[in-house]
Amino acid sequence: MDYSNLRRQIISMKKSLFDQGYLDEQFNQLEELQDDSSPNFVEEVVALFFKDSSRLLTNIEQALEKYPQDFYRLDSLVHQFKGSGSSIGAVRMKNECSMFKAHCNNRNLEGCRRSLQKMKREHATLKQKLETYFQLLRQVGPRERAVNSWK
Amino acid sequence: MAVATETPFHVLAVDDSLPDRKLIERLLKTSSFHVTTVDSGSKALQFLGIHDEDTCPVSVQADQLEVAVNLIITDYCMPGMTGYDLLKKIKESSSLRDIPVVIMSSENIPSRINRCLEEGADEFFLKPVRLSDMSKLKPHILKSRCKEHQHHHQEQHQQSDSNSNSNGSSNPTNNSSSSSSDNSNSRKRKAEDNEETSPQKNRSRHS
Repeated sequence: MDYSNLRRQIISMKKSLFDQGYLDEQFNQLEELQDDSSPNFVEEVVALFFKDSSRLLTNIEQALEKYPQDFYRLDSLVHQFKGSGSSIGAVRMKNECSMFKAHCNNRNLEGCRRSLQKMKREHATLKQKLETYFQLLRQVGPRERAVNSWK
Repeated sequence: MAVATETPFHVLAVDDSLPDRKLIERLLKTSSFHVTTVDSGSKALQFLGIHDEDTCPVSVQADQLEVAVNLIITDYCMPGMTGYDLLKKIKESSSLRDIPVVIMSSENIPSRINRCLEEGADEFFLKPVRLSDMSKLKPHILKSRCKEHQHHHQEQHQQSDSNSNSNGSSNPTNNSSSSSSDNSNSRKRKAEDNEETSPQKNRSRHS
């Protein structure tokens, strides 16, 4: 089967994810860890991130709407979010989390709310883009995936 | 003609974040470690056989550990017991204090790093942890086993005067070079058998 067209698409998509700042070098590190013994590692770890971060987003939203706001807890929640985001190379997410943290430290509720909306949008966008990316990868099959470099 | 089979070193990884746990597990396995992951400091202590509620820690002899642990790597920021708290408990335990401990943190705070190192942490990794960081682990394990071997050898010397039977089947300092791969007291293998360290298997397939 001729994968060259598919491969071109995959490489192009990955390049644009990097160029547009959605992902950074850490994502490459994850792909380096994928091999025959763990052929779906990247997709699995990314799935865990989205599951975990969705929960955190809900908790952050609830914590923001609770009066009086517990900024200490908010900071702790976004810290977790930021940490796991950086583990998968989600650099835009990580940066938005830093903004949120800054608003938190200033006890700026409105700033936090605005930042949360941005975080939710980034989260949804990244999720959609990565789902597309993994769908493309799945079409080539695990053997091709493991053997080829997508750089 | 005994073949020295190498039991992989066993690392206990502690992190409350699920994606991070998956990542550290993969990093360690790729580097040929046997891995156990737990999501909290208290679960780590449970696994290691000490109970943190006790004011006097249960003194568990090293050879009573179900499964030997050669290194502990823990996240710093965790709810409840932080990585620092866990480090302290380990260093307070007579049976565990020689196990090397590595702290991971997403924040580069020099005072935090120093505090951990002063408390006895062997290494501090900035997150996200990378494959290249894994090569720093084995030297700490080998160093601690050398120390441990020396302690044990001293004990044996004292014992041998009163104990004429040195061929006990479970005696881990048996001088034959058949280090059995299912020897659960892998911690007690002589350091000199392992001086020729096996090369790290880098499983990276992407050139």
